[in-house]
Amino acid sequence: MNKIEIENLTLQYSDGNESLRNVSMGIRENAITVLFGPAGGGKSSLLRCLNRLNDMADVQTAVGRIMLDGENILDPKTDVIALRRKVGMVFARPVVLPLSIRGNLTYGLEVMGESRRSKLDDAVERSLKQAALWDEVKDRLDDQAIALSGGQQQRLCVARSLALEPEVILLDEPTSGLDPISTAKVEASLQELKKDYTIILVPHSVQQAARAADFAAFFLQGELVEYAEGKSIFTTPVNKRTEDYVTGRFG
Amino acid sequence: MLRKTFETEIQQMKDEIILLGSMVEQNVLDSVEALKKRDMEASRKIVALDKLINDKRFALENQVMIIIATQQPMAHDLRLLASFFEIISELERMGDYAKGIGVINIRMGDQPLLKPLIDIPRMAQKGADMLHRALAAFVNEDAEAARLIPAEDDEVDQLYEQIYRELMTYIMADPRNIERANWLLWVAHNLERFADRVTNICERTVFIVTGELTEINDMKDG
Repeated sequence: MNKIEIENLTLQYSDGNESLRNVSMGIRENAITVLFGPAGGGKSSLLRCLNRLNDMADVQTAVGRIMLDGENILDPKTDVIALRRKVGMVFARPVVLPLSIRGNLTYGLEVMGESRRSKLDDAVERSLKQAALWDEVKDRLDDQAIALSGGQQQRLCVARSLALEPEVILLDEPTSGLDPISTAKVEASLQELKKDYTIILVPHSVQQAARAADFAAFFLQGELVEYAEGKSIFTTPVNKRTEDYVTGRFG
Repeated sequence: MLRKTFETEIQQMKDEIILLGSMVEQNVLDSVEALKKRDMEASRKIVALDKLINDKRFALENQVMIIIATQQPMAHDLRLLASFFEIISELERMGDYAKGIGVINIRMGDQPLLKPLIDIPRMAQKGADMLHRALAAFVNEDAEAARLIPAEDDEVDQLYEQIYRELMTYIMADPRNIERANWLLWVAHNLERFADRVTNICERTVFIVTGELTEINDMKDG
């Protein structure tokens, strides 16, 4: 079942550059959907539309609809705070708050008014386990988060978004600065997380796209060129431009 | 550029596979020629050459793995490299059929041939010719040419049936012919299987080009 339906989405920045051109695609629940392609193709723009982060960018026009559970999130009446709670985001560089490991995880919940210790502890344990970080940090939850390794910090950021119990997780090149072992851990945790969440990933390489994708969408200069199951798009792409990109002929 | 390195590596692999294929092609023709002439020395060389074919198969497989590990190919490139494995392995097995014919000639010892060889050299010639064109279609990635070759296997099958019936008449005429008829039947069987495997190579060529994994001639069991 599709969690999100993007319908004829066109996005234009105020400098006139068209970033997305008439994109329509459904995003499946409980699956990893990968958005890939060369820089400037529109994949991050699309990701940012999905939790309205583009509101802060210089967007001139956004035409079309993004239906999440049947509601158009581009509607000006959308409660953006509630939306962002439902649709979490993890960025390329881990941005940990200058707090303890625990503090990073409980911050969002506390801002929303949750003060019961048991609830907060439950959220800490659950989200760290989901992000495959619990075993590494359970004995030092009150240490500063900044002391964690890069890979651990990134999994902490995944855990922080999970603590808010989102339904959709957006990840923008979440492992671009990580070593292969940390990358493998983050990827493994995504494979677990998809059982409960809808995951949309902008990977940092075509190889990661191929490893992670249940479904993959190839973007080129704002156009959705090909959208198919991961296992077919990386072995038998239909479109010549997809083929040329995944075999390294350009990009 | 990375792509250029990759393309050079692919071309080298194709050249090596053609070389392996020509070793197999020549060995099967030579194996039948040696049998025809009852030339034991030639058959011993054929058996020895098969060892080189086997060694080359492992060396090439290793090379394919290195390319996969270093280049992490996708799409057409991935299908091509995966097909290299299959084709290399088919060629090695085809080489075994040539070796098998060599071994039969050696084992026959002093016994003369049951009959002069006519259809068996034709089978070998046809199989070798099909292999030659199948490998040309493969290196040129010519799916259309590859699709046409397997139908020619019918000719090899007909020759096989003809040989089979003929040898049965020898056996029925005189049971003392059984052993020598059986040797030739095995030779014909090896050649029949040899040609079947050409079909597998053609199927891989179609797969490389189109991504379709299908049996071109599904009446065959090869």
